[in-house]
Amino acid sequence: MAEIKFENVIKRFRDVSIIEDLTIVINDGEFFTFVGPSGCGKSTILNIIAGLEPVTDGKIYFDDTLVNDLSPRDRDVAMVFQSYALYPHMSVYENIAFPLRMKKVQQKTIDEEVKRIASLLGLGDMLQRKPKELSGGQRQRVALGRALIRKPEVFLMDEPLSNLDARLRIEMRAELKKLHHELKITTVYVTHDQAEAMSLSERIAVIYQGRIQQCGTPLEVYTKPANIFVGGFIGSPPMNFIKGTVKSLEPLQIDCNGITLSTIIFSRPPLLKGDEGGLIIGIRPEDIVVSERKPEGKVKVFISLVEPAGSFNWVDVIWNDIEMKCTARAGSDLREGKEAFVDFPEDKVIVFDEKSGKRLFPD
Amino acid sequence: MIKKTGFYLLVMLVLLYCSGPLLWQIATSLKPDYELTVIPPVITENPTTVHYISVFKERPFLRIILNSAVVASCTTVLSLIIGSLSAFALAKMRIRYKVFILGFVLSVSMFPPIATVSPLYIIIRELGLRDTWLALIITYTTFSLPLSIWILTNFFKEIPDEIYYAARIDGCSPFQIFYKIMLPLSIPGIFTTAILVFIFSWNEFLFALTFTSTTSSRTIPVAIALFPGVHEVPWGEIAAASVVVTIPLIVLVFAFQKRIVEGLTSGAVKG
Repeated sequence: MAEIKFENVIKRFRDVSIIEDLTIVINDGEFFTFVGPSGCGKSTILNIIAGLEPVTDGKIYFDDTLVNDLSPRDRDVAMVFQSYALYPHMSVYENIAFPLRMKKVQQKTIDEEVKRIASLLGLGDMLQRKPKELSGGQRQRVALGRALIRKPEVFLMDEPLSNLDARLRIEMRAELKKLHHELKITTVYVTHDQAEAMSLSERIAVIYQGRIQQCGTPLEVYTKPANIFVGGFIGSPPMNFIKGTVKSLEPLQIDCNGITLSTIIFSRPPLLKGDEGGLIIGIRPEDIVVSERKPEGKVKVFISLVEPAGSFNWVDVIWNDIEMKCTARAGSDLREGKEAFVDFPEDKVIVFDEKSGKRLFPD
Repeated sequence: MIKKTGFYLLVMLVLLYCSGPLLWQIATSLKPDYELTVIPPVITENPTTVHYISVFKERPFLRIILNSAVVASCTTVLSLIIGSLSAFALAKMRIRYKVFILGFVLSVSMFPPIATVSPLYIIIRELGLRDTWLALIITYTTFSLPLSIWILTNFFKEIPDEIYYAARIDGCSPFQIFYKIMLPLSIPGIFTTAILVFIFSWNEFLFALTFTSTTSSRTIPVAIALFPGVHEVPWGEIAAASVVVTIPLIVLVFAFQKRIVEGLTSGAVKG
């Protein structure tokens, strides 16, 4: 097991910058996830850790060893790929045994290990089959088994679940988490699925345009997104963004689409100088509740779409010409085109600076 | 119904067109001498094996076949070894100017043989390789390599990069990846290339005519071309010899074809 340390790592392909100045420490035994939209450079980070791609500049350490010039076979990492990358001409048994064969481990030990891993992953009775005879989930287990059998220093996973169907994905997600609790191997996980990242990881790094936008625990990233991008990317459906302006500084009052957010709700007022161009108010759909009645202090909206989600409904509303996604009780009598009322939860808003995109509140 | 009949009629027509020359040769090889030049040509009623016997009895035809077999086999093996190694590197490894290299390789095969035959002859003569198997093997390998490299590069490229990466991470050296993963996965490509190279070497005429001078290295096409004597053209023997030497090709193609189809349908490359 190892701690992975990036020091000012830069990766360029020809003249295109893919990773810009990455400095980060992934702790020993941690489940760490890089999450970001496709093309943000997250898979490249994984390939760099594995040694499949050289870096343009910077240093990578496993514990105290500089690994920049080590080939993949000398780094003792194991990797699980999105496409599984099983060896199609080998049986499940041979696929799982392959890393040990390459290490010239004795046949007897190989046999024991393969059987142990196979029963751990529930592959016991399909060892003699070829990958093409397996379902997606089974193939994914074989790929996992092939990685596990090495007892590697570092476990790398490149979108391992995204080729599975929704139900299987959630099952495997839980299994991965359990496996990690048992084995405590440093795991670096890459995904574009923020829900997967949230549910699996101890820490998340949100990557966009080759830079870490934010790095922290899932809760931190969710409740205190560092900037507008992170706010919009983490959480599904994405956060609503509404333009706001500073009405007055003393006392602080922010105008947000006709309603006034006042300092009372802010534990510590955001550091505003008054010359900001504008603000972006972020509010998550799950924090806004729509109902058909009108108690005190509610805002009037029109319903444009209702999407049942089982235990509750997603509701798109139009509020003074602004589209907003909200939630409603499952049984509520909301119809498209009708009037409804939302309770705008002032204490849940996140305030961003429009120009820089940075979060101003909560700090 | 009419559509179906039309379809099969068309198939028959194409088949006949393709196999026409071969059928003609077979028919000719079985005719007694006095029927050979009859016009209009007839299908003989008294088939004879006299031409087949005379090809082997009165000429060193076994030795000629041996020459061709050795030259074609060695060329195929050599071309596959060099070709697959180059193709692996070009398809999967980190090499600069790949496109340029591939283009250069291709340009080699664009020289018309007639333009290169005299300089090659001089080289072969200076190396003291005239009238040897080696002269033909070396020449054929250089001419078949571009084809081998191109076909195999494309086959290797179809194997997903992830499989190559996985093998590297699992601890393979590049050469281990080559023979443990890449080769087994591209068997159809290997066989396709093998057939094409073998047929090319088996049928090649110009270089064989130029570089050989005796039966010790003369190959089949040249030998058959030299059958005619001063006063007569032994059409029967020529036909019989042609039929004999076509048989190994047909056998090879059918044997390999099965492997090719097997390989392609097993979905070998799909993870």
